[in-house]
Amino acid sequence: MKARVTVTLKTGILDPQGKAIEGALKSLGVDGVASVRQGKVFDIELAGADKAKAEAALKAAADKLLANTVIENYRVELLG
Amino acid sequence: MKSAVLVFPGINRERDMARALRMISGHEPAMVWHAETSLPKGTDLVVVPGGFSYGDYLRCGAIAARAPVMDAVRDHAAKGGLVLGVCNGFQILCESGLLPGVLMRNDRLKFICKDVHLRVERSDSPFTRGYNAGQVIRVPVAHGEGNYAADEETLKRLNGDGRVLYRYCSADGEVGDLSNINGAAHSIAGIVNENGNVLGMMPHPENHVEDIMGCTDGRGLFAGLVAHLDRAA
Repeated sequence: MKARVTVTLKTGILDPQGKAIEGALKSLGVDGVASVRQGKVFDIELAGADKAKAEAALKAAADKLLANTVIENYRVELLG
Repeated sequence: MKSAVLVFPGINRERDMARALRMISGHEPAMVWHAETSLPKGTDLVVVPGGFSYGDYLRCGAIAARAPVMDAVRDHAAKGGLVLGVCNGFQILCESGLLPGVLMRNDRLKFICKDVHLRVERSDSPFTRGYNAGQVIRVPVAHGEGNYAADEETLKRLNGDGRVLYRYCSADGEVGDLSNINGAAHSIAGIVNENGNVLGMMPHPENHVEDIMGCTDGRGLFAGLVAHLDRAA
């Protein structure tokens, strides 16, 4: 089973990298960019087909390692 | 003082640290590999040195914080044992949950490698008793992610309970935006845990301990630890 975990910075946490990317896009002349926040994507392959188990494993992975929940949120998606 | 210096893949300041410890405590520190599950018997001080553990992959210190040896460090700290984390070591202690908060990218996005001034906020801690409260010391920093952040509640507790031991300041001890090199909340350079036995700091006191280094202001931190343990013994 394939899955994706997306980790993003919480609202209100300063994101200097996102700000730098935003500035670069503007200087490239890409129109209409209001703001940029950067994050991370993890594509994970899971053994087994049990959806509930997969979700529990992904949540554990995100809580224990993939995200620092002091500053980051995460989202788990099963892609089938 | 019997000390143990942790060694993770990608760490590069462990020998500087060992040299400083050997010189000031008179004892050879044990070098402890990250896969170990225990610390040498009688360890007084565990040091998590600086460097780039696991290439700073994922987040600085995130992978090292989950290494087997960290359970032994948690036990040591829970029993009141001393733990010092410098630079990447500070990041590892935050990621491991031994210290609150997180070290974010420097606010101006640049890696900073230079001498900075620190104000010692109090002298009644094992990690500062070699200094006077309010004393200004000069030590080097070398980091890209040293911008300390935590939620408001945590910051209030750190400040209110006197758990900020070192702040970035000017040469005459003034704390403010101009001397806050990396944007850290309240100019925080070093904090301790609730029990005061675990210190994390971004600057490198181990790199200012000999005349040949041009400054010996870092000695006080280690000498203070030795004095603290001698008194406790």
